[in-house]
Amino acid sequence: MADTMQFDLVSPERKLVSVQASEVQIPAAEGAMSAMPGHAATITTLRPGVLRVVTAEGTQEFVVTGGFAQITGDATSVLAEQALPRDEVTPEALAEMVAEAERRVNEAKSDFENEPGPVDDAAKLLSDMVAMGEEIGLNK
Amino acid sequence: MPNLKDLKNRIESVKSTRKITKAMQMVAAAKLRRAQEAAEASRPYSEQFNAVMGGLAAAVAGSDSAPKLIAGTGSDQVQLLVVMTAERGLCGGFNGNIARLARAKAAELKAAGKTVKVLTVGKKGREAIKRDLEEDFVGHVDLSEVKKLGYSDAQGIAADVLARFDAGEFDVATIFYATFQSVIAQTPTAQQIIPASFDSEGEESALFDYEPSEEAILADLLPRGVATAIFSALLENAASEQGARMSAMDNATRNAGDMIDKLTIEFNRSRQAVITNELIEIISGAEAL
Repeated sequence: MADTMQFDLVSPERKLVSVQASEVQIPAAEGAMSAMPGHAATITTLRPGVLRVVTAEGTQEFVVTGGFAQITGDATSVLAEQALPRDEVTPEALAEMVAEAERRVNEAKSDFENEPGPVDDAAKLLSDMVAMGEEIGLNK
Repeated sequence: MPNLKDLKNRIESVKSTRKITKAMQMVAAAKLRRAQEAAEASRPYSEQFNAVMGGLAAAVAGSDSAPKLIAGTGSDQVQLLVVMTAERGLCGGFNGNIARLARAKAAELKAAGKTVKVLTVGKKGREAIKRDLEEDFVGHVDLSEVKKLGYSDAQGIAADVLARFDAGEFDVATIFYATFQSVIAQTPTAQQIIPASFDSEGEESALFDYEPSEEAILADLLPRGVATAIFSALLENAASEQGARMSAMDNATRNAGDMIDKLTIEFNRSRQAVITNELIEIISGAEAL
């Protein structure tokens, strides 16, 4: 079995990386997962979190805010809604993302007064966003 | 015959016009490069996205539970036309061509007895189709404040369109924009985004595990698909606009040059005529003595 696989991370605005990776840790919607060569073919949605790519040169980290990932045995593609290399994430950028998530919670609250679903979804997005901030050590 | 002073002023004013069009051409060339890069950069995303969607869509197509965004509402009575044009003019036939295509489509739909609703993006197109379709306008998206197109702009438009779809305001949505082929060729294009159609080139979708469920992923991805389609259209449009402006300004610069040549010849002739006239007067005056 090959010990690396093709990994692509793309956002609508640009292609961030395209490398041979031995392992990719993905913040999937239902819990983090690691994709390694030979992984069962899977499509999953993402929650806000940190994506780690292990390559021969070392580990790269990216902050993603959502999107989805397509995993096959020999390739993994992550199509993120918004993705930034971890070094480029400034406290201001994070604050902006959190503010956006907060706005969505409020919007959902006013739009769907009697339906808990969308409100919960938005609230989860917000807490994921804050947790991500803590994980990369930028939050208060 | 216009007098010399007028001609001279005229030449000066055409010269300064030429400077302006030349400058606009160069600015458009620089912006075009950036717009093309942006369009290029977004391509991997939309390609991969469509590949995944193709597989997913093929898997649910035909089943009763297929989401409305793929299966449609079962009717095509109310049609939403999203007409995307530029915020600025002076770009040749760019806005006019898109507006014409949209107008033709609207006329065709109306002739078939359908209801047409129009959502405009970019104020130039709005002005161009106002005369014929003003009573069908349902909304307008202003991008004149946007310096650099981002995915969030497309998401904003998509959210607007989807909210209307959920509210049952229309059955079919089509976007109108210009595809960039080259600096001199931009093709006005109509693309149906709701219900969406994806090319599924025999993707073995059945092989995939879906987490969470297939339906949940589709529900999450379909709205994103609308945003992605709009985003690529916006980027294509931006590149087309700059390309169209570049060639329009190139023509304008050349025409100004021709005009200056013509006016200069006229100016020289008039000056010569004045001199000849004066000479005749002097000579005949001298002879009369």
